[in-house]
Amino acid sequence: MATLNTAANFSDPDKRYFRAFSPGDDFYEALIDAHRELSDAQSALLNARLILLLANHIGDLNVVREALSIAREDV
Amino acid sequence: MLSTYGHPQYAYVPPVELRAGATRRYAVVVVGAGPVGLAAAIDLAQRGTPVLLLDDDDTVSVGSRGICYAKRALEVLDRLGVGDGCVAKGVSWNVGRTFFRDDEVYNFQLLSQPDHKRPGMINLQQYYLEEFLVKRAQELPLVDLRWKNKVVAVCQSDDLATLQVETPDGVYALETDWLIAADGARSSLRRMLNLEVEGKVFMDRFLIADVVMKADFPAERWFWFDPPFHRGQSVLLHRQPDNVWRIDFQLGWQADPEEEKKPEHVIPRIKAMLGDDRQFDLEWVSVYTFQCRRMRDFRHRRVLFVGDAAHQVSPFGARGANSGIQDADNLIWKLNLVLDRKAPETLLDSYAEERELAADENLMNSTRSTEFITPGSSASLTFRNAVLSLAGRYPFARALVNSGRLSVPSVLEGSSLNTPDSECFRGEMIPGAPMDDAPLREAGRELWLLDAVRDRFMLLCYVDTPAAVDATTLAALAPLGAAPVAVEVVLVAARDGVAPGGLRVLEDSAGRYAERYDARNGTAYLVRPDQHVSARWRTIDSERVLAALARAIGRV
Repeated sequence: MATLNTAANFSDPDKRYFRAFSPGDDFYEALIDAHRELSDAQSALLNARLILLLANHIGDLNVVREALSIAREDV
Repeated sequence: MLSTYGHPQYAYVPPVELRAGATRRYAVVVVGAGPVGLAAAIDLAQRGTPVLLLDDDDTVSVGSRGICYAKRALEVLDRLGVGDGCVAKGVSWNVGRTFFRDDEVYNFQLLSQPDHKRPGMINLQQYYLEEFLVKRAQELPLVDLRWKNKVVAVCQSDDLATLQVETPDGVYALETDWLIAADGARSSLRRMLNLEVEGKVFMDRFLIADVVMKADFPAERWFWFDPPFHRGQSVLLHRQPDNVWRIDFQLGWQADPEEEKKPEHVIPRIKAMLGDDRQFDLEWVSVYTFQCRRMRDFRHRRVLFVGDAAHQVSPFGARGANSGIQDADNLIWKLNLVLDRKAPETLLDSYAEERELAADENLMNSTRSTEFITPGSSASLTFRNAVLSLAGRYPFARALVNSGRLSVPSVLEGSSLNTPDSECFRGEMIPGAPMDDAPLREAGRELWLLDAVRDRFMLLCYVDTPAAVDATTLAALAPLGAAPVAVEVVLVAARDGVAPGGLRVLEDSAGRYAERYDARNGTAYLVRPDQHVSARWRTIDSERVLAALARAIGRV
């Protein structure tokens, strides 16, 4: 049974990275840029749609349930 | 304030032009005797080129400026003769810790591998660095360092720049083949030449407090997000020499800088942070904002912009002075070859090309850190706090915590000076990479690779046994030393021994060279005077080396 991967996992097959922090920083920048100029309500909608897309891509409900459970810890 | 440091006052000497009257022509004039201008002037003089260095003041930097000097800058400072002094006076550190609210969520080691001469970072007040560099410059007869000489006008044609320089005794004119603008973020040369610098200002204010106190905190970088003693903002703590501690409080854009600087506001903030009744004195207080921007072109005909004059970044990551020192490191060997007529003037365009690329990398990293530390929207803040709340338990989130990506040199991948690989190599030492250090032994004496390999082009030939180098190989190497830009050939050997033909032998005593350079018998690296890899091969072929050399000096 697949389990949720919580190790650093970002990569870009088209790019050679020289620093370990760079792929994660690329992701984070893209994420923040996606929200630029949006109202809070629009941002919340973008996040919801993004989660739906990514969850469908993962597909395995055991993995999705594990992520949901971690995301809810201490919230 | 500044109880721990007395500023030297350097003597103004009336310039020869005001006595003799005639306008003189110089090969190189550097404007600005900060760390970058001093580094440029020292490097030129060490290469045998006379240089005039002008500064509008007569002392070193005042107050709180740069404090963090990274490994790569220290390696350059070693080459300039001040590395030992800086490291001896500075506070070396490799560990950074990040806290969110009450808990430590993440820590990092700057150097993940052992066997490097220099630590990941030292903390040293900028005035000490400048003082050491001034002392070094004054030892060099080829540096003409003039205090209280302020450039008030500049113009240029295709083959020279003309300056008007104001002194306490009046104004004089001079001409120079090349002008290096190292006059800082508010560069007056840039302004006088009507050149733009493009980028953005960040809408936030930070309070710097340099505090003198006895404290037993370790020599580490501590960064807090939203700590209990400074809710909703960030705080940074750094140790400097002389029991001076740098504390940097994020204030928010609404803060009134004049009010915030007052001791009655600063002292309670520090007391809340220290959480006890420990005694301290304020050494320096200022409030700053910052910008992330750069000039589009670092070369404008005869004028070469370096350091903050060319590019400015946020302080998170210590990428300001560190990148400026690397600008000088990149520029000076090229300028020297041009002055010696061994390379075409277009080689200077590669300075601009390579350092604009580095500036973009520095701007990108410092802008990203700034977004994480001072989120620009509520969505950004929510993500930031979500990352921090996961970072304690989940490694992927730790990797996203960005309290500053600390200065590391750029890999000049894609530079027009590189010769691309034609054979397979593993590891990081690709053409354009800044060289990794390694411990070596020469004739029984321990030394570091980066102390052995510098100032000129070198070919590092890795062999199992020096004595096994045959006559064919020696004959192949002979033309390299005789090239117009000579290449010094050195053997790096797995085992000690004597090489035929009197070749210099460096023993890879710890095996780190072989490991870091993926070297095996016959592997050769052509390296630049600024300790970047130009090209590499699995066998030695002088034709290929000479072609790579021609490319590396812009003769293609």
